Amino acid sequence: MSQSAILSSVANDVLKTDLPEIWPGDTVRAHLKVREGNKERIQIFEGLVIAKKHGGIAETITLRKITSGVGVERTLPLHSPSVAKFEVIRRGKVRRAKLYYIREKVGKEARIKERR
Amino acid sequence: MLPGILGKKVGMTHLFDGEGKMIPVTVVEAGPVFVTQIKNAEKDGYSAVQVGFEEIGDKHLTFPKYGHLKKAGVNKNLKTLKEFRVDSTDGLELGQQIGVDIFAEGEKITVTGKSKGRGFAGGVKRYHFKGQHMTHGYMTHRRPLSNGATGPQRVFKGSRRPGHMGTETVTQKGLKVVKVDAERNLLLVSGTVAGPNGALVVINKVKK
Repeated sequence: MSQSAILSSVANDVLKTDLPEIWPGDTVRAHLKVREGNKERIQIFEGLVIAKKHGGIAETITLRKITSGVGVERTLPLHSPSVAKFEVIRRGKVRRAKLYYIREKVGKEARIKERR
Repeated sequence: MLPGILGKKVGMTHLFDGEGKMIPVTVVEAGPVFVTQIKNAEKDGYSAVQVGFEEIGDKHLTFPKYGHLKKAGVNKNLKTLKEFRVDSTDGLELGQQIGVDIFAEGEKITVTGKSKGRGFAGGVKRYHFKGQHMTHGYMTHRRPLSNGATGPQRVFKGSRRPGHMGTETVTQKGLKVVKVDAERNLLLVSGTVAGPNGALVVINKVKK
């Protein structure tokens, strides 16, 4: 086995297999595991996918949402066990891979058309 | 038991720990090694075990090495031979195969490798000198400047100067074994290991 094949096989063993297909422009609901003392509960973070980065086990998505008038972004690793589930709420129609321009837009301008 | 093993650095990747935190790991293809010689105090003056690692083709094997391996009863062409000092050679016999399963998950280990060669490197790269400004009219940028005082009119030996950097033996202590894959002879070590991918590394158990 080649060296790169060994490397990818090591990481592939722990990849999640139940992930939905997620693309930039989609609205995604992430179920985050939050630990408070000894208790663990699920916190939901829902937002627009503005970037998808890296590959394999290191793959991450950046979710952006507006909370009480303030933009909030979180970058979440797709394969981390600290995220219980990803749900795609809405598919968006976009023409770029990185939607950083959304940060400069508010209100009507920040809309993204739905993909059907 | 053998106090260490020989391996080949494969490369680096990530894994998640129990809390979901990402940890960097170095994948080492470790073993199997074969016992090629057992040295004891009466005959050799000290007790040690010599092991061989990595199979090679017939044409790469020298005749003396061929004879040495044949004497040990190892029917394999081994590239690297290395000795491990041991207190007692009990339980070790010539030709015995030893795998990566001598290590356990979570165990602390010492890893020795040979760092990547950097050639003739300047002071900024070699000793992290600050260097001078890149702009604002500075005519020098990455020079070492002063060699010392004018008092003793010479440069002291051991001064940090530009020169050859890298290809040194680097030993890292206290690295942790993240995972042992005995089936594929893989050892996953947390953090970095010196040397380029494909290089020989020596993994030692921490002496208790």
